[in-house]
Amino acid sequence: MSERATPTSKPADTDDAEGEKRDRKPVETGADSVVAALKNAGVEYLFGVQGGAIMPVYDALYEDEDLTHVTMAHEQGAAHAADAFGIVTGDPGVCMATSGPGATNLVTGLADASMDSDPVIALTGQVPTEFVGNDAFQETDTIGVTAPVTKASFFASDPDVVGDDVGTAWALANEGRQGPTLVDLPKDVTQGETDHEPGQPRTPDTYTPPERADETVVEAAAEVLANSERPVILAGGGVIKGEASAELRAFAYEYEIPVITTMPGIGSFPEDHDLSLEWAGMHGTGYANMAITNCDAMFAIGTRFDDRLTGGIESFAPDAEIIHCDIDPAEISKNVHADYPLIGDAAIVIEQVDAAMPGRPDVDEWCEQCQQWKTEYPMDYKTPDDEPLKPQYVVEKFDEATPADTIVTTGVGQHQMWACQYWTYTEPRTWVSSHGLGTMGYGLPAAIGAKIAAPDREVVCFDGDGSFLMTSQELSVAVREELDITVVVLNNEAVGMVRQWQDGFYEGRRMASEYPWIPQFDMLAEAFGARGFRIEEYDEVEETIAEARAYDGPSVIDVLIDPAENVYPMVASGGDNGLFALSEDQL
Amino acid sequence: MSGGLEGPAPEERMRPEGRRNSQGIRIDPEVEAEPNTRQAVLSAYVEHRPGVLAEISGLFSRRQFNIESLTVGPTVDENRARMTIVVEEPEPGIEQAKKQLEKLISVISVRELEPDAVQRELVLVKVNGEEPDKVQAITEMYDGQTLDAGPRTITVQLTGDEQKIDDALDAYRQFGIREIARTGYAALTRGEQTTAKENVRTAD
Ligand SMILES: Cc1ncc(C[n+]2csc(CCOP(=O)(O)OP(=O)(O)O)c2C)c(N)n1
Repeated sequence: MSERATPTSKPADTDDAEGEKRDRKPVETGADSVVAALKNAGVEYLFGVQGGAIMPVYDALYEDEDLTHVTMAHEQGAAHAADAFGIVTGDPGVCMATSGPGATNLVTGLADASMDSDPVIALTGQVPTEFVGNDAFQETDTIGVTAPVTKASFFASDPDVVGDDVGTAWALANEGRQGPTLVDLPKDVTQGETDHEPGQPRTPDTYTPPERADETVVEAAAEVLANSERPVILAGGGVIKGEASAELRAFAYEYEIPVITTMPGIGSFPEDHDLSLEWAGMHGTGYANMAITNCDAMFAIGTRFDDRLTGGIESFAPDAEIIHCDIDPAEISKNVHADYPLIGDAAIVIEQVDAAMPGRPDVDEWCEQCQQWKTEYPMDYKTPDDEPLKPQYVVEKFDEATPADTIVTTGVGQHQMWACQYWTYTEPRTWVSSHGLGTMGYGLPAAIGAKIAAPDREVVCFDGDGSFLMTSQELSVAVREELDITVVVLNNEAVGMVRQWQDGFYEGRRMASEYPWIPQFDMLAEAFGARGFRIEEYDEVEETIAEARAYDGPSVIDVLIDPAENVYPMVASGGDNGLFALSEDQL
Repeated sequence: MSGGLEGPAPEERMRPEGRRNSQGIRIDPEVEAEPNTRQAVLSAYVEHRPGVLAEISGLFSRRQFNIESLTVGPTVDENRARMTIVVEEPEPGIEQAKKQLEKLISVISVRELEPDAVQRELVLVKVNGEEPDKVQAITEMYDGQTLDAGPRTITVQLTGDEQKIDDALDAYRQFGIREIARTGYAALTRGEQTTAKENVRTAD
C-alpha cells in the first residue's frame, strides 16, 4: 500500500457539502460509476483483496484521493472487518473480492452479518457476462451462493446502471433492518463505457420499512406494562442498530423496570446501573435468567428470540405477556408468540409506549427481588493458589485499565463468554462480536475494522487460541496499517467450549478438542512485526496489560490460562433458563 | 473441572407456573392443543428478473415451508411477475411464510387469497385409448378437451379447481393413466379488487 493510502494519513473532515471536496473525475466506465456511487454514499474505507475479475474496480480507485482501500490477508477478514466497521459506525462497511474463490471466501462473513443484522455491502468481481454459465476460470454463481445469507443481491448487467445498483445495495444494507447486500460485477460491465453519474443511494420505492407501531396495540401494551407486577425490558441488538439506547434508558429509569439485554444488545443499557441485570441466555447471569423466567410482562425490543437466549421455548418466560417491538414484521411471533406486536422503529416505538403509559407499575417488591437475585447469584470466581491463572481475572483487569468507550471484539468460545461476563459494558457499539453465526476467527479482523472506524478509541480483541489460529494472518494487516490494537489470547490449548461440552455431555470423551501442540503466540506476533507478550502468573497481568497498551501498534498477549476452567452459569441447549447450572454437577 | 459459581441450586429456586407450546404460545399446561394444518393460496407480486424464482424457492426450502404447488407467469406490467404458491402449514407457519416472502426485496406484495378466490389448475392427462368413446364421455362430463388421439393413447386437457381435477382423474383411472402433467394453481381475487398492488407491502 502506498504512503497516501494509510488510514492514519486520511483527513478526518469529510463532512463538506456533497461533491465539493470529494471532487472526482467524470465517469467513463462502469467501474468509475461504482466508485462514484460509493462516494455519493459517503464511503471512506474499503476492505478487500485484489483479483482478475475485480481489477477494473481497483483500477478505478488507483488515483482516487478519497477512498482508502485496506488490503486484507483473506477475504473472510475483509468481510469481518467491514462488518465491525458497520457495527462501530452504524454505516455499512464495504468489502471487495474477486470472482470465484474471492467471493466464496466472503460467504462466512456475509452469513455472520446476516445473522446479526450488521450493515455490510460486498462488491464481487464476476467473469465477463458472455462467459457466465460456461464454468469459466474463477466463475462461481455468487448470487446463488450468497442469496440465502444476504438481505438483497444484485447481478449488474449494464454499465449505465451499475452505479445505481451499488447505491441501491448500499441503501438497502443501511435502512430498515440492516444487513449485508451484494453486487456481483461482471468484468465487461465494469470495463464497459458509460458517462452515467449515479444518483444518491436510495432504496427501491417498494421498500418501506415501518416506523410507527399501531396506536391501539401501543395503548394495550402500555396498559399491560403499567399493570404488571414483575415487568422486564429485554433489549436486543435492534436497540443499538436503531439508535434507541437513549430512549431505552429514559424509559427504564422513568418506570424503574429492570433491563435484561441479549448478547447483541450489550451496551444498549449501562451494566453498572442498578436496573441492569446484564444479559440472559445460555451463559447469561443467574439474575437475568431468574428475572426473565419469572417475569409477568416483557417489553422485548429489537430481538429475534434466538434459541441461545430463550433456551427451550416451552419454559421461556412462561408467565409473561410478551410485548414485542421489531422493525421486521417477520420476527413477530416467529419463535415466541407476541401478545402485543409493535412493528416499527425502536426509538419511535419506545416513545409511543412512553406516551401511552397510563401510570407506573408498582415494582418495588419486584426490583427488590431482582436485587436479591444479584446477591444470591454473584458472578464471583475463585483464584486458588494451586490452580493456574483464571481468564476472568485478565478480562476484569483489562476493563479496569481502559476507558469506558473501549471497543471489545472476540472470537467464539469460552473466552467470548468471559469477555461478555466480566467486562462491564456501558455504551452502545463497544461490544463487537459474532452472535448468531458464532464465527471463530471473527475477533482479529473485527478489531482491525473497529480500529479503522474509531481510530481514537482503544480496541482490544479477546480471542481463543483456536479462534486466533483461524484468522491470525490478518496481523500482517494490523502491522502494515499501524493499528494500535491489543489481542489477548486466552490460551487454554484447546477449543475449550467444545471440551466443556464433551466433559458435560459426552462423558469427557475429548475427541479433537485439545491441541497436543500449539504455536507460541507472542513469538508468532513478533514474526508478523507486532509486539508479543506472555502472561503465566497473576502478578504479571497488570504490568503486561500496561505495556501492551503503551506500545503504539498491534500487540498480542499470549495468556496461559487454566485449561480446566469452564463457563458458568450454563443453560443446557434447549433447557429451562430458570434451571441454569452453576457447576458441572448441576447440568 | 474448575469453574462454578455460588448460589441456590436449581431445585431451590422460584419457579413460574405457566408453559408455552412448541410455537411459543402460552398455554394451559393441562390442555395442550397443537394448531391445525391448513392449505393457503398465497399470491405474490414480484420483480420479473432472473434469480427471483430461485430466491423464492430457496426461501421455502431453507425455512422448511411445505409447498404444494408454485406457478409463475408474466403480468400486465412487463417488469412484474405473479407467483401463486399453495402452502400447507400449521397456522403460525402460514403467517410466517407470508412475512418471510414479503421481506424479500424482489417481492413487492403478498396476499393470502380468500377461499372464494378464482382458482384454476390445468392438467394434461394421457390415457390408454382402447375405449375412445368412454374416454370422450368423461372428457365431456368434466368440460375437458381432447388434444391428441392416436390408436393407443388419448391426451386430454382439463381445467378447474383441485376437487374437480381429482374427481376427473379418478374417473380416467379405469382406462389406465399413462402420464399426468399438472400446472398447480393460478389464482386471482374475486370482484374488482386487485390481487396484489404495486407500492403496497401488506406487512402487518
Ligand atoms: C468457524 C467455526 N468452527 C467451529 C466452531 C465450533 N466451535 C464453537 S466454540 C469452539 C471452540 C473455540 O475454541 P477457542 O477459540 O480456543 O476458544 P475457547 O473456547 O477455548 O475459549 C468451536 C470449535 C465455530 N463456532 N466456528
